Amino acid sequence: MTPTRKKRLTLVGLIVLGVSAATVVAITALQDNMLFFVTPSDVQAQTLPPDRQIRLGGLVADGTVSRDPDSLAVTFGVTDGAHDVMVSFNGILPDLFREGQGVIAHGHMDESGVFRAHEVLARHDETYMPPEVMRALEKAGHPIEASMPQ
Amino acid sequence: MIWKTIKVNFHRLGSPPTFYRLAEVLAPWLWGGFAVCAAIGLYQALYVVPPDYQQSDSFRILYIHVPSAWQAMAGYVVMTILAVIALVWRIRTVEIMAMAGAPIGAAFTFICLATGSLWGRPMWGTWWAWDARLTSMLVLLFIYLGIMGLYAAFEDRRKGARVACILILVGIVNIPIIHFSVEWWTTLHQGATIRLFSGESTLHESMMPPLVWMTIAVKLMFGAALLDRARNDLLDQDRRKGWVQSRLGETA
Repeated sequence: MTPTRKKRLTLVGLIVLGVSAATVVAITALQDNMLFFVTPSDVQAQTLPPDRQIRLGGLVADGTVSRDPDSLAVTFGVTDGAHDVMVSFNGILPDLFREGQGVIAHGHMDESGVFRAHEVLARHDETYMPPEVMRALEKAGHPIEASMPQ
Repeated sequence: MIWKTIKVNFHRLGSPPTFYRLAEVLAPWLWGGFAVCAAIGLYQALYVVPPDYQQSDSFRILYIHVPSAWQAMAGYVVMTILAVIALVWRIRTVEIMAMAGAPIGAAFTFICLATGSLWGRPMWGTWWAWDARLTSMLVLLFIYLGIMGLYAAFEDRRKGARVACILILVGIVNIPIIHFSVEWWTTLHQGATIRLFSGESTLHESMMPPLVWMTIAVKLMFGAALLDRARNDLLDQDRRKGWVQSRLGETA
């Protein structure tokens, strides 16, 4: 390799190194802002200002879904295994919504500690399998448990 | 010496007429391979593979979405390697190859974003969310468009290619961010299903074959389109040169 080419290669290396270092610094600084949602434990751990808009993510707790028969209003618990938060929502839920499903609710905590959502999204996990395999797993006593990152 | 023959032939590829001839011969084979693999992959994806337990038939869009996303990222890595060679060795055919990758990569990124959006609406309940995975993929699209714009902005094509190659180097930091976004931060997008190195893949084995076929298909298509685009660019740049004139004279 000629000296000119060696110099150019070093320069290329320095550009990549410099940009990477700058990106690492920027991402570390913005760490909290890059999170799409917070967990019920995060919500319990701090007292949020009442009008602060946040996204709350977790699994729909078993046996907590109650629908108002006359309207679209629904309340359900969102859990991350350690803590639960009650969510109230008035609108159309995604098709995947059900007990045990991952959901992300966008809204704010009210004074009584209920999370008032204006949007609820479903979050599915990365597992794909045929329905027969799912049934076989359930029969064998190993149902698939939905999971959320902490 | 076989090594020497390989080396000499490799160096010959730097010569536009040799490169042109190789690309001309190779591209139809890649297009053919793409057509066969895509036909098998799409047939299996739509008719053979069972529906998903949770998402039913909607999950089949995965067989377009995932290979496109991989190719959008793999194409960028290929362009980065070409850009380093172009910047250090200043080989014109390599500069042209690096530039030819940008519109193809942009197209795959767009397909990934569009199919993801169509998939997200029924499953997640939204067309779009500003989570780390979706946003970093959108940034990749803008980087691709930026490379195309920079290349086109210079009167001197070689200077344009060199400046755009530097942008390619800068943009490579986004690739690991896209990959690890679902692990580093909480996102609406789920984590990785296919794992090559760490842990087990969570796509049932009966659903795997079409993904393999489609992945090979888009790789071949990327190669074919890359060669065709590079060939056209070369032809356009050298249209007043002797070798092009004599070549066109042959076929006309």
